Amino acid sequence: MNPEQEQFRSSLHSLLAASDVPSIARAWAAGSCEPGLAMWRKLADLGVTALAIPAEYDGLEATATDLVIAFEELGHHAVPGPAIESVAVVPSLILSRLPETAADPAVARASDVASLASQWLPRFASGETLATLAWPPHQPFAVDAHIAALPFGGTPGETVASVDPTRHLSHIESEHFIGGRNDRAFDLGALACAAQLTGLGQAMLDLSVAYVQQRVQFGQPVGKFQAVKHHLADVRIALDFARPLVYSAAESLAPQDISAAKVAASAAAQLAARSGLQVHGAIAYTREYDFSLWLVKARALLPAWGTASWHRNRLLESL
Amino acid sequence: MDRLSYDAAAGTTPSATASAGEARGDAARGVTPGFRDEVRAFLSEHAPHGLPSLDTAEGNLLHREWERQLYDARLAAVSWPAEFGGRDASLMDWLTFEEEYWAADAPIRVGQNGLFLLAPTLFAHGTAEQLARHLPGMARADDVWAQAWSEPEAGSDLAAIRSAATKVDGGWTLHGQKTWSSRAAFADKAFGLFRSSGERHRGLTYVMFELRQPGVTVRPIEQLNGETGFAEIFLDGAFVADEDVIGEPGEGWKIAMGTASHERGLSLRSPGRFVATARRLIALWREHGSDPLLRDRVADCWIKAHAYQQHTFQTVARLNAGGHLGAESSAGKVFWSELDIALHETALDVLGPSAELANRWTDGYLFSLAGTIYAGTNEVQRNVIAERLLGLPR
Ligand SMILES: Cc1cc2nc3c(=O)[nH]c(=O)nc-3n(C[C@H](O)[C@H](O)[C@H](O)COP(=O)(O)OP(=O)(O)OC[C@H]3O[C@@H](n4cnc5c(N)ncnc54)[C@H](O)[C@@H]3O)c2cc1C
Repeated sequence: MNPEQEQFRSSLHSLLAASDVPSIARAWAAGSCEPGLAMWRKLADLGVTALAIPAEYDGLEATATDLVIAFEELGHHAVPGPAIESVAVVPSLILSRLPETAADPAVARASDVASLASQWLPRFASGETLATLAWPPHQPFAVDAHIAALPFGGTPGETVASVDPTRHLSHIESEHFIGGRNDRAFDLGALACAAQLTGLGQAMLDLSVAYVQQRVQFGQPVGKFQAVKHHLADVRIALDFARPLVYSAAESLAPQDISAAKVAASAAAQLAARSGLQVHGAIAYTREYDFSLWLVKARALLPAWGTASWHRNRLLESL
Repeated sequence: MDRLSYDAAAGTTPSATASAGEARGDAARGVTPGFRDEVRAFLSEHAPHGLPSLDTAEGNLLHREWERQLYDARLAAVSWPAEFGGRDASLMDWLTFEEEYWAADAPIRVGQNGLFLLAPTLFAHGTAEQLARHLPGMARADDVWAQAWSEPEAGSDLAAIRSAATKVDGGWTLHGQKTWSSRAAFADKAFGLFRSSGERHRGLTYVMFELRQPGVTVRPIEQLNGETGFAEIFLDGAFVADEDVIGEPGEGWKIAMGTASHERGLSLRSPGRFVATARRLIALWREHGSDPLLRDRVADCWIKAHAYQQHTFQTVARLNAGGHLGAESSAGKVFWSELDIALHETALDVLGPSAELANRWTDGYLFSLAGTIYAGTNEVQRNVIAERLLGLPR
């Protein structure tokens, strides 16, 4: 990570740490998204929403590493909203279908894609609008279509409940694009998701490490029991070995690297959720306690943007 | 998606009567002839499906109505003496009832704390008067019971209980705070441990008390799925009559530990529950195209559910021969709780991209994560196994 990237990470962290994201997330879950949207405008001021957008559309043209840094922080603070869709997938999908960049001419419909780009990308870059989409079969539902634009058309239909109450899911009728198997936009979504999962996992580890030092049972902090230490040490190992895969996938953008990153990050986040809950005991089984916000978000993102099984399969086929 | 039904319940419905294999197994284990068929027929005709959750006001009432029907058929507590509404059935019959109950996907037992945790305690330590006064209402679900053991500072370290029982004329008054009390949001009564003197273990008294009385405030707590499955109980002078002390004052710890093995072991989590879930998992896996990548895990879940079942049959045989449910129940508790997580994690992987939807599999998954915490955490159980079963130094 270079000094600017360190700086970017720390300004994101400062903003989010000062924003009381848990309250914002609970309000978002209850249907009042205004505080969350205000936070997203501040994230946009720091450049988050412009990362994957070229300069000619007022974007930052940042690297995938910058994107990973941003998503780790979004995960670390359990930020609600259609982050993967808005920041990674939708902009990159529009761009990948421009006639000059499209790998497959059949999917480039020059005129409407060009107008999509000029109509939407500057608005995403500035943070004026968030975006969402469904990508069946991997993402059968669109997240938060009630507060985000659907640049690829379709109308939000019936809503369905997610295990993460901040994710308002809806069926999208008549989506009008078809994603390919090795689609760059899809892969960027998977990469962003992997980064978000490592951030979620890290936050659950941090919360757990802090908790077990202050929770006393049998006259000692529970963090002194070897069983508790080993649980958390295993989470640390899982995260330590997932994160380099995520960063190297951001460098190479090779599909198999992204798949490896998504599988490892999912496993690490899942372990962090399970072990973190275990060392907390009953208190983390409640919605009142903040840990639950991370736990259910991790659960919702585990199968997102390609299940572990799908990514493993793709990985083996490419080797 | 309907939150209340498994999307793969189809394909798991048993045939109307026991198969030849089942009948042979039942005969070998001494299950009363005809009992399985009777239970199966009753449940297939009467068991409601898709009731609202028992942790909602409406669902709670509907679950009580259902238990009333079970009571009327003398199926609410088959192993109890007939005078309290049971059938004096053997433990094997009870396990058979449980198998059928879970296979039929019948409603969660709203009365389970009373039926499976308090009743065994009363049979072991209660007076005849207490049994006669409390059991029939419990079996009819007129009285739903909550377990009030844990406190904010007393989780794994249960003997650290601080909530106090103070002797007054004719009884005791209660002061303090209990927490994580399952079903307490909609329950009528509670049983729990209270400090009646300073001695760590010998200063605890086991009492039963009304939740709906002055001096009791119940604050429901939302669990991970958003439902108020447990609650805090604040006590400020609530009254317990002398008749509602179980055993002698000061004997609470001994009584609680003697019956905690019921909670860890077969009475709270009988194998039928996991065998039925394993069958549903297999049906779900087939319905979703029998993904070869998940095949081994699906099969392993079934194997483990059957291992738990066979292990339980062994335990029952041991109990029938006069043995005791001791530290072995800790091994059972670790096994079933981890099996439950594996069953649900595998199901979510089978569901693939739609696994984030809130439905019974995700609810079941979240609940399975609590199984390694309640009834004594798995870390504490492993300590017990190492020290008491293996004899390793403390
Ligand atoms: C869904 C649910 C329902 C519940 N229902 C009820 C109920 O109806 N009535 C009731 O009274 N209680 C109930 N409980 C509470 C349950 O009994 C406690 O959660 C449990 O005893 C653990 O206590 P704790 O949560 O305070 O965790 P703690 O005891 O604080 O434990 C925190 C961590 O430290 C570990 N730890 C503690 N001591 C040791 C040790 N000696 N060695 C190694 N590790 C250790 C634990 O294993 C755990 O990982 C329920 C809990 C849940 C989650």
